[in-house]
Amino acid sequence: MNTVVAKLQRQFQDYLVSLYQQGFLDNQFTELRKLQDEGTPDFVAEVVSLFFDDCSKLINSMSRSLERPENVDFKQVDSGVHQLKGSSSSVGARRVKNVCISFKECCDVQNREGCLRCLQQVDYEYKMLKTKLQDLFNLEKQIVQAGGAIPQVNIN
Amino acid sequence: MGVVTESQFHVLAVDDSLFDRKMIERLLQKSSCQVTTVDSGSKALELLGLRESNESDDPNATSTSPFVCNFAQEVEINLIITDYCMPGMTGYDLLKRVKESAAFRSIPVVIMSSENVPARISRCLEEGAEEFFLKPVKLADLTKLKPHMMKTKLKKESEKPAEEVKPEIEEEESPVIEILTLHQELESEQQEPMLSNNKRKAMEEAISTGRSRPKYNDITTSV
Repeated sequence: MNTVVAKLQRQFQDYLVSLYQQGFLDNQFTELRKLQDEGTPDFVAEVVSLFFDDCSKLINSMSRSLERPENVDFKQVDSGVHQLKGSSSSVGARRVKNVCISFKECCDVQNREGCLRCLQQVDYEYKMLKTKLQDLFNLEKQIVQAGGAIPQVNIN
Repeated sequence: MGVVTESQFHVLAVDDSLFDRKMIERLLQKSSCQVTTVDSGSKALELLGLRESNESDDPNATSTSPFVCNFAQEVEINLIITDYCMPGMTGYDLLKRVKESAAFRSIPVVIMSSENVPARISRCLEEGAEEFFLKPVKLADLTKLKPHMMKTKLKKESEKPAEEVKPEIEEEESPVIEILTLHQELESEQQEPMLSNNKRKAMEEAISTGRSRPKYNDITTSV
């Protein structure tokens, strides 16, 4: 039983570290994990889920705004990027945040093509992160079900 | 949910983003503060009693419930933390309104923003904001709040007339305030008309801290 837990914990730790190393997550995700405790064991999962919902909604509305070349609502797109940048920053979604930075630049100069490319990239990145974090949360569940504790992982 | 004493700080958090409200709420809870969140500056002013609900620019606004009217009298707000960029009333506008009010100008106000605009920051500080936090706000940032909140608490306590009894002593008998729904609270009040003063005060506090606010879905007050 102990070795099962230890193995899972090791897997969890390695996976989480790899997400940081590959640039999916940054220090803000660590800050987020600090806010979770026994009283709020689902906090990170809930916040992350809210974030992904936001991504989906904002990407859809920005896509509509960018749809017709002769009538692009850049103000709306800018507002969407601003929100996305803010929430990705708060969650520690590093790659998503970085795309948002480029996205904003395209929006500032009203570059529709650039915006469309960034939109596609943001969509890709958030979905990628979603699957990665889903795997991470599944590992967490397995650890808890096996009677173990989620390891504190220190990222340098 | 544990002991609620007079010494706990109560923060009013204002942000139009649900995501950010969830974040700031958790950050504040983790820093041992009680939190009430609202999604706009105008709602914040309503809660403080600085604005009539018919002033609201929301045509769908319902009339303010009596609990909201009493909020400011029953609950001592030790700090207001607000986002800068909000539709309608910005955090800066809210800051100005608070500082213009004789009743509330002593409440410390903190502004949050995701954008680092020096002119914006100095404007807010000049208008009387105690701190300006760049988002994402971290736990460590919130430790800066305690001294500001302490100042108002100590000030208010020194201003209190001598005959006001501090419930800390009385609460020994009912240390746990249960989070009841409004309906349950009213029911139990009817069933037990002979409540002791202690329990009545505790229950009044529970009602007025707005744990059940049917009108405002996005307010959460947590212990």
